[in-house]
Order: sequence, then structure tokens, then C-alpha cells
Amino acid sequence: MLQSSSPAFKENARAALADQTLQKALGNVKAGFIGKRAKARARLPEFEDLRDAARDIKNHTLANLDFYLERYEEKVLASGGQVHWAATAEEARNAILTICRDAGAKVVTKGKSMISEEIGLNAHLEEAGLDVVETDLGEYIIQLRHETPSHIIAPAVHLTKDQVEADFRHHHDELPADRSLVEPEQLVAEARQMLRHRYLEADVGITGANFLVAETGTSIIVTNEGNGDLTQCLPKVHIVIASLEKVVPNLEDATTILRVLARSATGQELSAYTTFSTGPRRPEDLDGPEQYHVILLDNGRSQMLGGEFQDMLRCIRCGACMNHCPVYHAVGGHAYGWVYPGPMGAVLTPSLIGVDEAGHLPNASTFCGRCESVCPMRIPLPRMMRHWREREFERHLSPKAVRFGLAFWAFFARRPALYHRLLGLKMRVLGALGRAQGRFNALPFAGGWTKHRDFPAPQGKTFQQLWAERQKGGAGS
Amino acid sequence: MAESRPRVGLFVTCLVDLIRPSVGFAAVKLLEQAGCDVSVPRAQTCCGQPAYNSGDRADTKAIAEQVIAAFAGYDYVVAPSGSCASMIKKHYPGLFADDPPLRAKAEELAARTHELVSFLADVRGVEAVESSFSGAVTYHDSCSGLRELGVEAQPRKLLDSVPGVEIREMEESNVCCGFGGTFCVKYPDISNKMVTNKAGFIAASGADTLLAGDLGCLMNMAGKLQRQGVPVKARHVAEVLADMADRPAIGEPGQAGDPAGGAG
Repeated sequence: MLQSSSPAFKENARAALADQTLQKALGNVKAGFIGKRAKARARLPEFEDLRDAARDIKNHTLANLDFYLERYEEKVLASGGQVHWAATAEEARNAILTICRDAGAKVVTKGKSMISEEIGLNAHLEEAGLDVVETDLGEYIIQLRHETPSHIIAPAVHLTKDQVEADFRHHHDELPADRSLVEPEQLVAEARQMLRHRYLEADVGITGANFLVAETGTSIIVTNEGNGDLTQCLPKVHIVIASLEKVVPNLEDATTILRVLARSATGQELSAYTTFSTGPRRPEDLDGPEQYHVILLDNGRSQMLGGEFQDMLRCIRCGACMNHCPVYHAVGGHAYGWVYPGPMGAVLTPSLIGVDEAGHLPNASTFCGRCESVCPMRIPLPRMMRHWREREFERHLSPKAVRFGLAFWAFFARRPALYHRLLGLKMRVLGALGRAQGRFNALPFAGGWTKHRDFPAPQGKTFQQLWAERQKGGAGS
Repeated sequence: MAESRPRVGLFVTCLVDLIRPSVGFAAVKLLEQAGCDVSVPRAQTCCGQPAYNSGDRADTKAIAEQVIAAFAGYDYVVAPSGSCASMIKKHYPGLFADDPPLRAKAEELAARTHELVSFLADVRGVEAVESSFSGAVTYHDSCSGLRELGVEAQPRKLLDSVPGVEIREMEESNVCCGFGGTFCVKYPDISNKMVTNKAGFIAASGADTLLAGDLGCLMNMAGKLQRQGVPVKARHVAEVLADMADRPAIGEPGQAGDPAGGAG
């Protein structure tokens, strides 16, 4: 699997906050997604009902996952395709490499797939001597830069337009120096021109899947650039890589969820392309691949079934949670240190790589709840982050200072009489000390606070003291 | 027949108790004006969120049980904080999933518990308050109150009823200020980025006073504004609604005066 730098989340975050170019690029997340989603939602009166319906479809599917997966496999086989079950990232990588080798492949094109990032597919194929070409514009850009995606639907959102232009000028040898690359459309055209002949050279095309339809054995992808279609139709072998929970019972269910997917993601009613693939090309088909393979990846997901993190398996990877997350806006996706950033990553990553490794992620949230309020699948993200904190606390993984401070505080919070006596005295002292300034510039044990902001001085006596005085005989009036 | 006066137990909240008791007295005044008899159980400390959000279930449950016992018998429990009210209302019942008798008590308490301003507007039907104020205010929607309890229109409606108040909405008033309880000290740099953004929007609103319904968020925002030297005062919304905005604002120098009395 992809190596994680999640334990260094704090350091990653600090570096991200100090990176002015990154901060400028992150402004695009707010500007590009939030208003568009709000408008799309407002235009569809039944949007909230659709969220309920989408949640119920996935809950039903997850409760009967074995049934629908077996049904799906049957239908894929019946349509002439092959299914490869992969329990781990390694099994998935090896299955894909074997298919590529059997096909005598030299060039492999790829549509956007977060699962391929999760299993570290590109590096594996490249080590085996294959030429791997990302065809999604964002993925293509970060491949040039040897980076990983910083967002699940906008992989290069951490980059400014100027950075992309510079990368193209550096890597595209035949690009005339006087060709303008100022407008986003010009960047797209430039990438498209570079990619066009690669599609034709490719022996194998690999895509992800937004849905696997049990009723028909169909895989569905949604894209806006049409690169997925070229990736999967032109080469003689098409490999779909998808995790188990992508399955839905039937086409009706898939379309219900499609109605909330693009609206939540980009604010579109539907993405420009919604492509359905069922098996390899049939004799009467004009085009299509000769082989159709599906890699069904588990990689820890079946462990989530039946537990407190099962709801996370409803996720359809729309990105709305991170688009609306103030922590993501502040630090960007790379700070999270693994494949999945933002709130969905804060819940999913500990499930997949362990909370020992990814413990910071569910802690780095104010529980502001904005993610849950926009999640089309109504995943209770803050609640599940809290569950991870509980696991960490139970296993004594939380930092010692936090545990000590908490135990000290709880001792008094559980003893009201003692609490009021002690803090009543302390507040009077603090109040007297702070009265002239009204606030403190620095306070012992509150460095994290006073490094960045003043701490208001207490008014003096506590409410409980004043209330008791007032009850005793109007000392307060 | 005269309507009987409901008995309200005031959940003071730990921050109001310790840092700014005048907010508690503003709450008492508003509740009394809304026809309630207010009591303040002595056996309260905190709602338990520091433990709850740190994953410490055992201490959370112990504190919740303490709150359940302390507030038994009141018609309503009201807190001048969306965050603490939501803790009791939305989160206590789930703590006792495996203990049906306590769960029933927690649910019964949850049903009686309200955030102050929404209680006044929604439960007591208060349309206008007896207050006056002079200045432009901007209102920050604290997260729990907004998203868990639906507190959004009520404070604006009641502020609108105060002669002399001009509301100037800031951009992103519904985005977190970066306080997040222990978050602000566990991840100070990220919290700082968030509160810096917030302070920018507050200043850009042109308001001279920042209002909100949660003291934690207010201390965070006031502390940042003051560190930056931005001359915007910060107050709990109850202070303005109760006509008690005459004492020094949060973090402002000067004698606290008598938090309990004054204009009341």
C-alpha cells in the first residue's frame, strides 16, 4: 500500500500553512465547490429525500453485501468478463500485473482511480517496466510532478494555474514557447494533445468504478473529460479496479445515487460523461476491449462490516465533506499523509491502515459538523471520528499530556463541591491579575492558546459564588 | 386563569461560570422576563464535552449522570450555549445505549433541554426583548447550535427587536471559528488559521460588536481580534438581549462591575 506520513500530520500541517503558493491554490476549493453545490441542491426540491433514499440503498446493500457481490460476479462472468477477488493491496497489484504481462503490454493508460492510489499501483507497474499514463488532467499533472492526489475528485487542486503551466513548459518538449497557456481550457487542450497518441499506443486501459451493478454486471464511471471512455474502449484489455462496497443492487439504485453524486461533488446535475461498461466487446459491437477484468478489492473493508465504522462504506467519494471542511481548507489534502484526506479520510484511513498510524486524523477536527451536513449519503462523520478517539483513549494511544490533563480535570468535574471551591478561588486570583489589561498575553499551561491569541481575564467571582450571594440576601443587587 | 410559571434549571456552563458570570445573569434576566422561575443547581460543573470529545467515555458518563441527577424535576433546562445544550440534548442519550433505565432518564432530560435564545423564541414565543443598544453587530453562528439545534434565525430575530441594533452579516458566518474545545490547543496552528480567517470576515463586516451564543467561540475570536488590534468588541448575544451590554466586553480592561446587577 501507499506509504503514509499521517503520523507527521502536525508537521505536515505546519508546512502547508507556511506555503503561500499552496494557500493560494486552496482558495480554489472554497470558490470552486461550495456555491455550486448549494445552487444544485436548491434547484432540486427532492434533494433531501434523495439523500435518504441513497443512504437506504447503501445500507440495504451493505447488509446483504455477500449476496450482491456474488450476483455481480455471476453477471460479469455471464457477459464474458472475469472477476479477480483481492483481499489485499498486494493481491490486487499482482493480479493487475499478471493481466498486463499476459497481454504483452508495454503501455498502460489509466482513468482516475483512488483505489489505484490506495494500492500503489503505478509504482508497481513501473517497476515491472510498464509505461503508465494517467489520462485525467489532474492525475496527468501530478504524475508529471511525481506527486499524489490531494483531493479525491480534484487531484491537483493544491496547484495554481501558473504551476501547471510551468510544468507543461518543462515537460512538453514540442510546446512552442509563444503558445499561450493562460486559460484553463488552453491547459486542457495542451494535455489532450499530448495524451491523444498515448491512448492509441496503450495495450491495457485501467479505470476505477463509481458503481458496480449487481443486476447486470455493469461498472459505471463518471468523468468530465471523456478520458475514461478512451482509456477503456481503445486498448484491447480493460481492467476495472474497485473496492467491494461499490456494488449496488440494480440500475435504478445506481441512478438514484447518481442524482446526488455530481450535485454534491461539482454542483453539476450529472457529470459530462456517465459511462456504463458490461463485459468485453461482443461480435456485433463496433469497438470495445477484447478482455474485461474486474479486480474486487477488500483491503480491510470487510472488517468494517457490522462494526461502528460500517456507515463509512456508504461513501461514494464525491468530496463534498472535504470541500466544506475548514481544516481541509487550511492545510490541504497532502497534510493528511495518505490517500484519503478530509473528513472521509479521517474516518476511513484509520480503518484501512490502523489508528496507531493515522491517529491524528480523527483528532484534527473541531466537530463543526459541516461535513455531515453536506454528505449525500448522510454518513455521521463526526460521530465516527469520535469513535476513533474512543479507541485511542481505550488503548492509551492519546498523548500523555492530554490524558493527564483530562484525568486532572475530570477528577474535579466529578466533584462539584470541590470544583466550585477550588475554581472560585482561582478565578478570583486570575480576575484580579487580569483586570487592568482585561486579558492575558501569555498564560502558563495555555501556550497553544496564547501563542496566537489573547486569553480574556475572568470577571472575578464565579457565577455560582455570585448566585449564592444573591440568594443569601441580595448581595448582588 | 394565570399561566403557571415554568421552573427552569439554568445550566450555567463551565465557561460562563468561571470566565464571564455576567452572561449567566443575562440569561437569568431573559428567562425571568419570559415568565420563568429560574433555579441554579449547585451540583453542576460541566456538560462533559472535554472528556466526550477526547474519547473518555467513562468520565463522560459519570458527568452526564451527575447532570441528569442535578436537573431532575425542572420543567426545562436551559443553557446559554448551543454546544453544551446540544451535548445534553443530542449526545447524552447515546451514552447509555446499554443501560435502558439511564437511557430513558437521559432522553427525558434531552427533551426538556434547550439553548437559551431558541428557548426564548421557540418555546416561550418571545418576539421582542426589553433592551436597547447602539451599534452595528455581526453574529457568528456557532457550529453545534447551528447544525445540531437549528439556532440561526432566532438570535437575529430577537436582535432585530432591540432598538438601535444594526445587524451586519459577515461572510461565512456559519463556518467554524477554529475553537473546537481542546482542538484549539491540540492543533494550535490550524486553529489559528481558522480564527484568522474569521477575524478577517468580522473586521470586513464593518460591525463594531461581534455577538455569538457560545462563550468558547467568543473567547477564541475576541482573543484573536485583540491580538491583532482590531477594535471590535465581543459579547455573548444574551448580554445585548438582556440590556446588559454596559460592562466591559470580553477581554476588555476595566472593573467587571457587578456581573449580577447593573442595568437589571
